Amino acid sequence: MLIKINGKAEEIKTGLSLVGLISFKGLCAEKLVIEHNLRIIPKEEWQGVVLQENDSVEILSFVGGG
Amino acid sequence: MGDFLEIAGKKINNRLFIGTGKFSSYPIMKVALEESGVDITTVALRRVNTGSKTENILDYIPSACKIMINTSGARDAEEAVRIARLAKAAQSGNWIKIEVIRDNKYLLPDNLETLKAVELLVKEGFVVFPYMSPDLSMARRMVEAGAAAIMPLGSPIGSNRGVKTRELIEILVNEIKLPVIVDAGLGKPSEACECMELGCAAVLVNTAIAISENPIKMAKAFAQAVYAGRVAYLSGIPATSKIANASSPLTGFLREDKT
Repeated sequence: MLIKINGKAEEIKTGLSLVGLISFKGLCAEKLVIEHNLRIIPKEEWQGVVLQENDSVEILSFVGGG
Repeated sequence: MGDFLEIAGKKINNRLFIGTGKFSSYPIMKVALEESGVDITTVALRRVNTGSKTENILDYIPSACKIMINTSGARDAEEAVRIARLAKAAQSGNWIKIEVIRDNKYLLPDNLETLKAVELLVKEGFVVFPYMSPDLSMARRMVEAGAAAIMPLGSPIGSNRGVKTRELIEILVNEIKLPVIVDAGLGKPSEACECMELGCAAVLVNTAIAISENPIKMAKAFAQAVYAGRVAYLSGIPATSKIANASSPLTGFLREDKT
């Protein structure tokens, strides 16, 4: 199924949770923040959010800045 | 000497704040932060690159450093608030530097949108530092809105041009009861020193340190200059004069007085 990750349409398998998505993307969960359909999802709820067709997910982390 | 800045209950001994952008590597940035002994540093929040593994910048920030998240990338108050909430969710504290910029050429802040963001975020319990053009009326509104300090610019971000807004910064220092922290445009330690001599509470420097040939030494040089400027300010800088005032006695010369 198709979802939007950081503004780009991507094909993922159905039934994936946010935890599953992070691991599928090979990202380290520590200090990441996820917004799912414009709602910030606390880390402890990542497992319970199962992605649906056309969902929009923003995955962010800290970078250098002044 | 018992002189420290206190913001939201945090004692800040080092009045040099350093931003973490543009360093050639995280390890160099880490040593620069450590050796200059900074208490406050800034980071930004961005989409992760899901195609490649990148290191976590937070692993390179000394544990003694308090992190202030900037809202860079925000074009209006709504986006700044969204970034602030995301930063808080990432468990990186509630100190937020509001940066709302629509102008890509000079990167000058939108004071009105910045004020709106300050009003909203203060209500949500954030400790808010607005990056702003040095305008007295707007600074007063920032105070009323509950800002923790104000961060007027010295010159455009990354321009290394120094305190081009000096006269306006002086007015803010004299009229605004909150800490005035000059942010942006400082290119040399002498310019950071100048801000401190004017009575600013602190300065934030990034580019001038990060892109210098030796960022570690440059960070230390800035820290020393900031300290020197602060001590000079506290010592009471004497007034200037258009004519000379001899520093040696004007009596007892080895010559005959002509009358």
